Amino acid sequence: MHKDQTDMSTAERIRGGDIRLASRLIRNLEDKNPRAREVVKELFPWTGRARVLGLTGAPGAGKSTITDHLISSYRATGHTVGVLAVDPTSPFSGGAILGDRVRMQKHAEDKGVFIRSLATRGALGGLAAAVDDAVHVLDAMGMDRIILETVGTGQSEVDVMNNAHTVLLALTPGLGDEVQTLKAGIMEIADLFLINKADQKGASKLYQELMRMLNMVSEHHSGWRPPVLMLRDIAHPEDFAQQVEELRAKIDEHYQVLVDTEVLAQREYRKARLQFLNSLRTSLLDPVVHELEESGELKDIVQRIADKRSDPHTLADELRSRFLR
Amino acid sequence: MAQKNLRVMVAKPGLDGHDRGARVLARSFRDAGYEVIYTGCHQTPEQIVEAALQEDVDLIGLSCLSGAHKHLFPRVVRLLDERGAGDIPVIGGGIIPDKDISYLYEQGIREVFTPGTHIQTIIDWIEGNVTPREAL
Repeated sequence: MHKDQTDMSTAERIRGGDIRLASRLIRNLEDKNPRAREVVKELFPWTGRARVLGLTGAPGAGKSTITDHLISSYRATGHTVGVLAVDPTSPFSGGAILGDRVRMQKHAEDKGVFIRSLATRGALGGLAAAVDDAVHVLDAMGMDRIILETVGTGQSEVDVMNNAHTVLLALTPGLGDEVQTLKAGIMEIADLFLINKADQKGASKLYQELMRMLNMVSEHHSGWRPPVLMLRDIAHPEDFAQQVEELRAKIDEHYQVLVDTEVLAQREYRKARLQFLNSLRTSLLDPVVHELEESGELKDIVQRIADKRSDPHTLADELRSRFLR
Repeated sequence: MAQKNLRVMVAKPGLDGHDRGARVLARSFRDAGYEVIYTGCHQTPEQIVEAALQEDVDLIGLSCLSGAHKHLFPRVVRLLDERGAGDIPVIGGGIIPDKDISYLYEQGIREVFTPGTHIQTIIDWIEGNVTPREAL
């Protein structure tokens, strides 16, 4: 079969709602299959319609539960929802337990909801790249609300969160000083703070800490001061759903501020820049690494550095002058 | 270049909350280097099949300790067929009487593992019988 025809039909079938094929494409993107890039090129003209919510926070903060309830809220008003749920890969075995679906399985049969789990696979830049494209895939499929859920602990998640229009950080009482450590990374990019399990001891202390932190910010970009919301009483479904509605209203309000203040355009620019640089890195670097691996030269290079016979910069510069000319 | 990970789903169909075995297996599969999609208890066959499609899994492992395996396992296989995904192998385990095993084979369950099976036996079976899906 001719290559272009295959690619075209793949993109069309995905746009037509073939979820298994879409999931396969995401997998091929994770595997850095060059043909998957071709499909994304074809899908790209249909992207740009979805609103992307980034949801991050420590393990056990309740991200999947919140996602589950947000899906219900979006579906109740006729939106389609795509979810990308990221869980960590074991650095030892390379395997992963992707368990976010446990909280969302009631939506499994809803054709308006597409949930895809991803493992971090240890490669930070790689994850960001695959997630960039996975968002495009869901967007092109017509999912008009996309939730990107990932464990947030520091800088790498900040990269991933650059995909989102609105970043929601879920916290729980009892973090104590950990909040301080979070400050430098993820705390800075949150557009909304959410104190989940707020019926537990320490919620008001956490609330005060967040307020103090926000008070120290001299100028909030686009005039948006991140609100701090609370979720409590999950044992009372109706009350909980009502709080989720308030959360959703704040998410929508933030998006409107982005539109009104042209910050949306800035964020789209930032996203485009990052995605281009990611892609450039992939298309320049991957073939070089591949060639070095195939020829066995990579091993020699690494050994020379390990033996202190040369340094990484000298050898990298040598390779640059060989490949880039 | 990049490694290709096997994606394996572990699910418990039906009204059965005994998931210790399923969790131990999920963990063991993780340690074997697989990406494990764990969906928890009380799943309908429909939910399991839709999740399997959305996750593009290479294998579905079903665990059932309630005695309803003769109904639930074949139904998962049938629904996969109906959704054009009959190529996804289904294996099962749990409290399965010996006399039921040949029936499950007839219904398209690829392999059945009963209590006492060594985890390595299951992983060896997977290594010998399941490969990651072909790229697009």
